Amino acid sequence: MNYDKNDKAFAAYLAQKAPSSKLCIGCGGCTATCTAGNLTEFNIRKLQMLVKRGENEEACKSLYKCMLCGKCLLVCPRGVDTRKMILAMSEYIHRQS
Amino acid sequence: MNVAIIGAGPAGCEAAFRLAEEGIQVDLIEKENVTGGNLNNWYQLFPDRKYAGELNAILRNQLNHPQIRLHLNTEAVRMERKGKGKFAVQLSDHSLLECDALLVTTGFKLFDAQRKEEYGYGIYDNVITSVELENKFMNQQLTTSTGEVPQRIGFIHCVGSRDEKICNYHCSKLCCITAVKQAIEVREMLPEAEILCFYMDMRMFGPGYEEMYREAQEKYNIKFVRGRLSEASENQNKQIIIKAEDTLIGKPLRMTLDLMVLMVGMEASEGSKKAATQLQLKQAPNGFIQPADPHYGNNRTNEEGIFIAGCSSAPMNLTDTLADARSAATALTQWLKHNCKHKNE
Repeated sequence: MNYDKNDKAFAAYLAQKAPSSKLCIGCGGCTATCTAGNLTEFNIRKLQMLVKRGENEEACKSLYKCMLCGKCLLVCPRGVDTRKMILAMSEYIHRQS
Repeated sequence: MNVAIIGAGPAGCEAAFRLAEEGIQVDLIEKENVTGGNLNNWYQLFPDRKYAGELNAILRNQLNHPQIRLHLNTEAVRMERKGKGKFAVQLSDHSLLECDALLVTTGFKLFDAQRKEEYGYGIYDNVITSVELENKFMNQQLTTSTGEVPQRIGFIHCVGSRDEKICNYHCSKLCCITAVKQAIEVREMLPEAEILCFYMDMRMFGPGYEEMYREAQEKYNIKFVRGRLSEASENQNKQIIIKAEDTLIGKPLRMTLDLMVLMVGMEASEGSKKAATQLQLKQAPNGFIQPADPHYGNNRTNEEGIFIAGCSSAPMNLTDTLADARSAATALTQWLKHNCKHKNE
């Protein structure tokens, strides 16, 4: 990953629209409880980390797998509004296309 | 009853005052021309951002006590046990002190970042240590070696700690919270800069620390990347190019920094090693002086009448150092009272 060259506009949009996403400590509680994650390769913790580092392409590929069930929101120890986070990501991608 | 204290850092100063308040005669020996030890290198303290100078002044003022004799610019050249439960301390000014007990408060030494050669300290101008950053805060000037305002600053945790390659297995404990504090201070000076911390674990052990970490993320927009720096190089613009793995996404990462801050860890000081050798004190494998018991004998050593406080026994924050000094004063007072009564019988 070349952080210097990666596009950080997506990350900036996410931080602005879902500021609680900045509080993630990477514990993986969200991924452990994730309904989609138990059926597919979807990993919500990794997804938002990828966006934060500007690895947008890989993040976009898996975003649609989220079913918005909200279980991740219930377990997050840092109070990240994961639903808002996912919606902000979808919104950004939608705007770009 | 009199006690000689070796080292007038925060632990030595606090213990001297507490012992003096108990009516014990104290000789406080300091090799530098000023008290405070490593505290003199700090600008503000975590977690309340108190000025280090403020705390230093409080500790220094307490030494104006009739029971305390402060020996500045003086080194304890030779420490030994004499007969009848007495100790003799030969000072560098050729005087000889005799005392009933010894308190070793020789503190710590900062890790020499040049030993971690692959990080480029001493080779690349824009690689500095956390202590040098404190100095920049004191002068309220934060620029790169070429005089520019840094746009991207990286803090590297665990430099000289938790690293078998430089023979330090231990965690220095304070560098994590120091990095958080310094990142916030940098943010206040440079609102537009990108600030990143590279960590292995965030060890927020003290009251208010985790809260400060959280605030650093949310309010101050500090980014935290879990991964240890493997190496650094320099480009033609004197910027630092670093390599690490972002372990939370499982990808190697390359990044250019304008300024890289190495969070240097703590090692046993030369003074501690000297005291341990001369007085036959047990040392832990990392060189710090080993307490007699980790729970109820944390200020006693394997040698009767010789006590320890503060960072001579382990990396410690100032809160714990001062508490440890007070605890040592209590242990010493009890021991002296018991011992001197016994001698008089």
